[in-house]
Amino acid sequence: MTISEIQTVLNAKILCGEDKITQTIDRAFASDLMSDVLTLKSDDIMLLTGLCNIQTVRTMEMADLNTVIFVRGKKATEDMIDIAKENDMIVLQTECSMFRTCGILYEAGIKPVF
Amino acid sequence: MMNFEYPVQAGDFTNAGSASSSVKKTLKQLNVDPSIIKRVVVALYEAEVNVVAHSHGGTIYVVIDNDKIAIKLEDKGPGIPDIDLAMTVGYSTASPQVREMGFGAGMGLPNIKHNVDYLDVKSEVNVGTIVEMIVNF
Ligand SMILES: Nc1ncnc2c1ncn2[C@@H]1O[C@H](COP(=O)(O)OP(=O)(O)OP(=O)(O)O)[C@@H](O)[C@H]1O
Ligand SMILES: [Mg+2]
Repeated sequence: MTISEIQTVLNAKILCGEDKITQTIDRAFASDLMSDVLTLKSDDIMLLTGLCNIQTVRTMEMADLNTVIFVRGKKATEDMIDIAKENDMIVLQTECSMFRTCGILYEAGIKPVF
Repeated sequence: MMNFEYPVQAGDFTNAGSASSSVKKTLKQLNVDPSIIKRVVVALYEAEVNVVAHSHGGTIYVVIDNDKIAIKLEDKGPGIPDIDLAMTVGYSTASPQVREMGFGAGMGLPNIKHNVDYLDVKSEVNVGTIVEMIVNF
């Protein structure tokens, strides 16, 4: 799925990385636990999370994750977007709940990590 | 050989990870293999967050050689009474504030161990903790 398709099905806003909407995503991982995210072995994984603070983007930076969707309308702060931009990340925000976001993306063919 | 030193403030979740971020940039510039960089910075970041979350503050010392990186995190604080227990997945004494930041699953120390080639944790209760790790390039 491309970022732009994901944006459409989730009615999401792109907060950062508009220039990368043609990139494709195959797999996603949903968690609010950053230590859990830090155990992921591969890095071509999209993160779905309700945890919206500076440590979310720091965790992504360390784990080499490139794309995140903040669920339930969680607002990213300016410092978060600065770190995201510095690391060429794609940041989306949707009003959908975590469960709905996962359901929609799973149905659309996004694969789980485990 | 390159030496770096980073102070770490207790409870400062805004800046937690800035040392790890800086080490990541340096290793990238040195063209270290990306999978090794990831192991180093994931381990360092977990340890850095531990100093922010569980100690009263400390310092990170980084030494980069041609063939390895050696990192020492030294903090003042409550220390770890039972290191074997702290190394167990799921054991955590993290405060509600730390959990709100997305940490406190008791997965950090086991994940550090998993990512590094050498790990040594020394601690004295009510004095502080020293975590030393090495990753070979
Ligand atoms: N620098 C430290 N000073 C004092 N206690 C520590 C320190 N580092 C770890 N600990 C103790 O060891 C426990 C386990 O640490 P670990 O990093 O594995 O988990 P955590 O930090 O609680 O949660 P997570 O790392 O999953 O976010 C901590 O909850 C804390 O009690
Ligand atoms: Mg920890």
